[in-house]
Amino acid sequence: MSRTYAPEGLKDAEAATPRGPHPGPFGWLRWIWRQLTSMRVALLLLLLLAVVALPGSFFPQRSVDAQRVVQYYADHPSSAPWLERLGIFDVYASPWFSAVYLLLFLSLIGCIVPRTRVHLRALRAQPTRVPRSFSRFPVRNELTVAAPPKQVRDTLMAALGRRYRRRAAVERRTTASGATSETLTVSAERGYGRESGNLLFHLALVGLLTVTAWGQLVHYRGQALVIEGDSFVNSALGYDSFDSGAWFAEDSLEPFRFRLDSFESVFTDDAQARDFTANVTVSDPDGSERADTIRVNYPLAVGEVNVYLVGNGYAPDLTVRDASGQIAFSGPVPFLPTDNVYTSNGVVMVPDANGGESQLGFKGTLLPTAVMSSQGRFLGSAYPQPIDPVIVLDAYVGDLGLDDGVPQNLYVLDTERMTLLTGTDDAGRSEPFQVIMRPGEEVELPDGQGSITFNALPRFVALDLRRDPSVPWMGLFAALAFAGLIGSLFLPRRRVWARLADGGDGTTVVTAAALARGDDPVLRRELERLLDALGPRTKEDR
Amino acid sequence: MNDQMGDLSTALVYAAMAAYMVAMVAFAVDVSALGTGTGRDRPRRAAGIAVATTWLGAGLHLVGIVTRGLAAGRAPWANMYEFTLMFTFFAVAIFLGIQTSRDVRYVGVLVTLLALLGLGLAVSVLFVRADGVQPALNSYWLLIHVSVATLSTGVLSISAMFSVLQLLKARHARVPQRSDPVAVGAGGASAELVDDRAEVLDDRAEVLDDRARVPAERAARDVGASPEQETFVGRLMASLPSSENLERLAYRLNAIGFVTWTFTLVAGAIWAEHAWGRPWGWDPKETWTFVVWVIYAAYLHARVTAGWAAERFAYFALVGFVAVLANFYVVNVFFSGKHSYAGI
Repeated sequence: MSRTYAPEGLKDAEAATPRGPHPGPFGWLRWIWRQLTSMRVALLLLLLLAVVALPGSFFPQRSVDAQRVVQYYADHPSSAPWLERLGIFDVYASPWFSAVYLLLFLSLIGCIVPRTRVHLRALRAQPTRVPRSFSRFPVRNELTVAAPPKQVRDTLMAALGRRYRRRAAVERRTTASGATSETLTVSAERGYGRESGNLLFHLALVGLLTVTAWGQLVHYRGQALVIEGDSFVNSALGYDSFDSGAWFAEDSLEPFRFRLDSFESVFTDDAQARDFTANVTVSDPDGSERADTIRVNYPLAVGEVNVYLVGNGYAPDLTVRDASGQIAFSGPVPFLPTDNVYTSNGVVMVPDANGGESQLGFKGTLLPTAVMSSQGRFLGSAYPQPIDPVIVLDAYVGDLGLDDGVPQNLYVLDTERMTLLTGTDDAGRSEPFQVIMRPGEEVELPDGQGSITFNALPRFVALDLRRDPSVPWMGLFAALAFAGLIGSLFLPRRRVWARLADGGDGTTVVTAAALARGDDPVLRRELERLLDALGPRTKEDR
Repeated sequence: MNDQMGDLSTALVYAAMAAYMVAMVAFAVDVSALGTGTGRDRPRRAAGIAVATTWLGAGLHLVGIVTRGLAAGRAPWANMYEFTLMFTFFAVAIFLGIQTSRDVRYVGVLVTLLALLGLGLAVSVLFVRADGVQPALNSYWLLIHVSVATLSTGVLSISAMFSVLQLLKARHARVPQRSDPVAVGAGGASAELVDDRAEVLDDRAEVLDDRARVPAERAARDVGASPEQETFVGRLMASLPSSENLERLAYRLNAIGFVTWTFTLVAGAIWAEHAWGRPWGWDPKETWTFVVWVIYAAYLHARVTAGWAAERFAYFALVGFVAVLANFYVVNVFFSGKHSYAGI
C-alpha cells in the first residue's frame, strides 16, 4: 500500500478521492508525480541516497584528495578509466548522485507543500466534534461527578488549560417520544507544534540545500604559502591555487593584507604536535592595522574571508652564486615536511645561473635535528624543532626545462637534461657530490660551478583562505531543522473529548476519551489528570 | 602526563569489566531460569544480583573515565579507546536508567555482553596511553561533538538490543498468529462521523493501529497456556514483553538517538568549518555519518507509513546500527581521512 508522507490530519485525504485512469500525457505526468511524492518512493530514494553516497568513502575523491586519485590511476591503470567514466572519483558531483538527491528533494517538496496548506488550515480550524461513541478508543473513562454539567464543563475547560485548543458545544437529540435532550460536550486538541515542527524540519532541509547550492556559486577558496617575514596580499596573484564559483567576480576580492611576523610550534618530547600559532599583523580593507593569530581550529577572520592554518614547515633561506661569482638566486625555499619529525624535501631551481646557459638545480632534504650514523651518514631527523638543522642536497647542472612553457611543479626537479655534479672522496675516487651544510655555512660546488650558502631557517605556513557567505545561513537552517525535528518527535499531539450528561440531583455523568497521534505513553495518565480535576468521583466505570 | 592516574583508570576499567562479567553470568542464569519455567512469581534472585553488579560496574566504569580524563588533562573522549569507554558507559547507564522505571532485566545479558565486547576490544586493541591531543583536536568542539557522538552510539546500541529481542519475539509469535486475520491496515471500522470525513479517516487509521496491537498483546499473554510454548525458547519468549512493546521502546530510543545523531552531525559540521574551513567535505567519516543519519531517517519514515509490519522497520534500525558500528570500527581504522588522527 503506498501512501503519501503521513500528513497529520490528512492521512487518507488524497486516497479518499478516487480517480479513474488518466489517458494522455497529462495523466501520465500526474501518475508520475503521485508516485514520486508517495512515501514508498521517498523511502526508496532515501535508501538509494545512502547507497550512492558510500562509494565516495571507498574510492579516492578528487574533491577530497586529488593526489590519491592520481595514485589510484598509477596503481590500477586498467580499471581507473572505467571508474572515471562512472564518476566514481567525483561521486558527489556525479549525475547519478545528483539525480537521487534532486528527486528526493522534489519528492519532499511535492509532499510538504500540500501538507503545509492543510496544516495552515488545521491551525485555524476548531477542534473536531465529539464522536458519537467512545467505545472504539482504548483510552476512555466514564464517571459521575457531584456537580451540575455547566460547572463541570467550566472546570474541565480550565483543567485543559491554554495548551489545548478547546471547544464547548451542545448536542441536541430528539428522542422517539419527541422530547429534546441537551448534552454539553467538550472537544480539545493540543500539539499542533508536532506537525509544525515536522514541516519546519523538512522546509529547513530544502533551505539548507538551497543555500549550499548558492554558496557553491559565489564562494571562493585559495591556498597560499607564506614565509616568516613575508606578506600575503589578497589578490588573484597572491594565491598559489584558487578556485571559485560561477558567480564569483574577481574584483570582489577584498583588499586586505597580512604579514606573517612569526610562527610558533609546541611539540611533546616524543615529537607529538601540541600547538601551532602563526602571529600576523593584519591590514584591514579600511587601512587599520592589528595584531592577530591564526591557529588550528581558530581561523583568522578578515572582512568576510576566513584564513585557516592548514600546514607549516621550514623554508631554508639560501643564496646561490654561479661560476662567475654572481648571486644567481637568494631567498627562502619551502621544503615540504614528509613525516612528524619534519624530514622535509625540497628543490632549488636557479634558472638565472650563468646567464641561463648552464642552469643550476638542487634537490634534497632538510633535517631539523639531524642524526648521524657512526659511519658519518645522516639517518634522519630526531625531532621536529630545529635543534641541529642540516641540509643535504644533490647538485645538478644543465637545462631545468622551465622554458618550454609547460607548467612545472615547483617541488619536483626535472633532471632529464641535467647532470649530477660529482666530486672525489678521500681516496680520490669519483662519487656524487653532496652539499651538506648547517645555517651560516657556505659550500663550494665542484668544477668551479659556484657556491651555495645556508643563510637562515625561517618557517612557512600553508594557509587556506575562503569566503563563503552561505555558511551563516547553513547554520541558521541547520538550527531550524534541529528545532523542528525535536518538535516533530517529542511534542505530543492529543485529542480529548468529553460528553457531560445530566445525571440528575445536580450530578453529571462524564464520558471522556483521549486519542494521540503516534506513540504516546502518558495518554491515559493525561486523561486521568483531567478527570481528577473534576472533583471526587462518585462512580467510576472504565 | 600522569601515568599513575592513567594506570588507575585502566585498573578501574578492568574492574568494571569484571563486574559486567559477573552481571552477565547472573543475567544469563536468570534468563535460563525463565526458560526452564521455574515458578513464574519466584523471586528472581539472580537478576537482582545482576542488576546490583551492573550498577557497581557502571560506577567503576564512570570513575575509570574520570581518572582517565585527569590523567590526560583533557576531556576523556579523544581517541578510539576513550570513545569506547564512553559509549559502553552510556549504553549501560541508559539500560540502568530504564530499569529504574520498568523491568527490562531480560535485556541485561545483551547489554552486559555488548559492554564486555566493546571494552574487551578497547583494552586489547585500541588502548593508548593517556596523553594530550594534537592541535586539530584541541577545541571545545571536542567536548560537544564527540561526547554527543558517544551518547548517540550508546542510545542506538541499546535500541538495537531491543530491536533484536523484538524480532526474536515476533518470529516466535508469528507461528500461532499466522491464521489471525487482523493485521495492520486490514479490516475496517465504518466511519461514524460523516461531517468531517478526513478527520474520521485519520482517527480510523489510529484505531486500526491499536486494534492490531491489542490481539497481538493478548496473544502474547496467552502463549503461556498453549502447548507449543512448553519448550525452553517458548517459555523464554513468553517471559518477554510483547514485540509491540519492545518495538515501542526501541522506537523511543531510536527517536532520541536520531536527534543526538543529528546534533553530532551538525556540531561536527560546525567544527569542520572552524578546523578545516568547510562545513562538509565528504570525508569518509562524514559520508558514513550521513549514511547512518539517512538510514535512521528512513526508519522513522517507514514507521509512520501505514501498512508496514513492525518487523520491517526493526530491520531498518538494525541496519542503521550496523552502519554506526562500521562508522566507528571500519572507517576509523581502515579508511584514510581527516578523522584518521582520532584512530588508535
